Amino acid sequence: MNSLSWIWCIPALPFAGFLALAIGGGRFAKGISAVIGAGSVGLAFVAAAVASALFASSPPASGAYTLVLWQWISAGGFNPSIAFTVDALSVVMMLVVTGVGFLIHFYSTRFMADEEGYSRFFAYMNLFVGSMLLLVMASNLLLLYLGWEGVGLCSFLLIGFWYKDPENGRSARKAFIVTRVGDVSLAIALFLIATNLGTLDFAGIAKQATAQWPVGSTIAIAVAALLLGGAVGKSAQLPLQTWLPDAMAGPSPVSALIHAATMVTAGVYLIARTNVLFSLAPAVQLAVAIIGIAGVLVAGLSATVQRNIKRVLAYSTMSQLGYMFLALGIGAWSGAIFHLVTHAFFKSLLFLGAGVVILAMNHEHDIFKMGGLAKKSPFTFWMFLIAAFAIAAVPPTTAGFSSKDLILAYAWQSGGAGRIFWALGIAGVFITSVYIFRLVFIVFGGSPRTADAGMPPAAAARMPPAAAAHDGHDGGTGQAEGKNRMQAGAIMGIPLALLAVLCLVGGFLGLPHDLGGTPYLLTFLHGALPAETMPEPSARLELILQIISEAASLLGIPVAWLIARRARKALPERRAAPIRFLQNGWGFDWLYDTLFVRPFVWIARVNVRDVVDRLFDGIGALLLLFSRAFRWTQSGKVRWYAAGIAGGAVLIVVAVVLL
Amino acid sequence: MASVPFEYGLIIAAVLFTLGLIGVIVRRNLLFVLLCVEIMLNAAGLAFVVAGARWAQADGQVMFIFLLAMAAAEVAVGLALLLLHFGRGKTLDADAMRARGG
Repeated sequence: MNSLSWIWCIPALPFAGFLALAIGGGRFAKGISAVIGAGSVGLAFVAAAVASALFASSPPASGAYTLVLWQWISAGGFNPSIAFTVDALSVVMMLVVTGVGFLIHFYSTRFMADEEGYSRFFAYMNLFVGSMLLLVMASNLLLLYLGWEGVGLCSFLLIGFWYKDPENGRSARKAFIVTRVGDVSLAIALFLIATNLGTLDFAGIAKQATAQWPVGSTIAIAVAALLLGGAVGKSAQLPLQTWLPDAMAGPSPVSALIHAATMVTAGVYLIARTNVLFSLAPAVQLAVAIIGIAGVLVAGLSATVQRNIKRVLAYSTMSQLGYMFLALGIGAWSGAIFHLVTHAFFKSLLFLGAGVVILAMNHEHDIFKMGGLAKKSPFTFWMFLIAAFAIAAVPPTTAGFSSKDLILAYAWQSGGAGRIFWALGIAGVFITSVYIFRLVFIVFGGSPRTADAGMPPAAAARMPPAAAAHDGHDGGTGQAEGKNRMQAGAIMGIPLALLAVLCLVGGFLGLPHDLGGTPYLLTFLHGALPAETMPEPSARLELILQIISEAASLLGIPVAWLIARRARKALPERRAAPIRFLQNGWGFDWLYDTLFVRPFVWIARVNVRDVVDRLFDGIGALLLLFSRAFRWTQSGKVRWYAAGIAGGAVLIVVAVVLL
Repeated sequence: MASVPFEYGLIIAAVLFTLGLIGVIVRRNLLFVLLCVEIMLNAAGLAFVVAGARWAQADGQVMFIFLLAMAAAEVAVGLALLLLHFGRGKTLDADAMRARGG
């Protein structure tokens, strides 16, 4: 099948865009930067779509097409090559990365218009998309690791995009260092696989591992656990989740693309890709499910008390990734990828909608200072509402509904601890609904809380506080300007609308059986991932499970309304201890600070004059001493040199004779 | 033919060598330094010849011929350097070379 031999250009296009923008520096006009930045990703999407169509129309017999570009390293029996694989899994990932990526790039051309470093932003974004494509298209773990580190680098660069605020730099470093813990774990897993199986090719690993490693053997468990470590770091799951809320320091499109839709799902992709190894280590696979469901609840509860709009969404991302891990842990591989896809739709819509809100509010992130936005920017409100329905799995939006209920149904069917997972998952559905509708009610409902809701600060300062509280009475110039800024505009509006459509119809990729049953995506994915081992739920059981899950979800809405009403009435200056505990993400930051950061800083402070350095300083000082002692011998007097040679010769002769 | 005991020859060689070495160290005139180096070379050549005679081997005399050739080369280079040195500073003082930065 040579019709796919050009797929190397899919990752090459964003890389070319990155190179053009990086070499051009800031010299391009903003329009040109935008065309290069968004255009390269758009072309990559077209290429990916064509490749997917070709792949789907005439799938190769083995289920995967591999394009070997060249040999990367050849040392002994270790021969990784630069090679891309197109199979069902990578096709789906490619489409999500380039499709959602392009929409977000398109949105960014307007969102970032007033920012410094416009072309720098698009250079980083293109580099990210290229690395992510490398990650999902790689046919061996080493190339995947290259993409893995590439996206980590871009995440770091983009979190710290507004580098003039040291706090953003700190967040970027935190994200980089915490994910590094996982990356090291992944690297060790690579070493173990390479030394034990002699190959890093996914196909080779699958073949060799099943042949050489019995189920539950120590090496299989070690490798799977280390891979899990890598996935946990990248996907911000317990216990390496602390970096994600801080990663929200970056611009909103970055949060949408990297920290919601694509990069954080790399861990899910990794586990799905190496599913053979996890099947060989059932204990680790159970751990995946436990980490997942714990993440759902821990992050979900934290999301219900956040004040920063983006932190709500960050915790929500962790919680949704938890569902994906749960699906992986119970062996519903395709279900996890399905949820990954739908999550990419609704979470990027949420983030982009939040971006519009944040721009409208003069970069205000505190939701308690917002309010009443539904009347001022109805378009954004509706888009946000659709996304909220999708994430809370409420019809008529089908995206979250189909994928989440699929995972929960599989959890019910998986036996063992499956029923417990199901029950906790239902609790998670309720929590999801609470936090997302709390956000909707506080931000869009009621009336504006602060004067600057909808007008520039200068205009707000001029208005007396009483007038500011009652918005909409006076039509000053500031108000007119404010009205303008409240709207998303066409360039930011089109991606929102397209994502909203995807949220509405995304679920048709895999409707449950009792509602017609259109498991297109799942069947397609079975070309690359093993089928689920648990029995298919009967239509009747499916319906019952859906009703329970819908009830939990719908129950969340009035609860959220009550919470929002209380918050709107009186904003407590100091919140209760349990709330603060949740708000700070269950104290994980405090724990790590106490366990690792403080001791490290303490050691660094005590050891400011590095102990080990003393040794090397000593060697240097000794040499300096010798140099001083013998400096006078190099006098330039030839006769002294001759005498020295003679004396030395005499000494040697004497030594030879006497000894 | 009563042969000279070879120890005598070696002693003469050693004395010549020492004289030459002392000359190299104490003389400041470069011309004399070169002469003294020649004396040292000849001392070594004498030792070779004496040793060749002692073991009735021609090798010692062959070595002396090598030494002559080498000494000629050395003198050619040495005198050329000496002329250059003199041309620059109008002196043959070995210690004056120091002022040239070694």
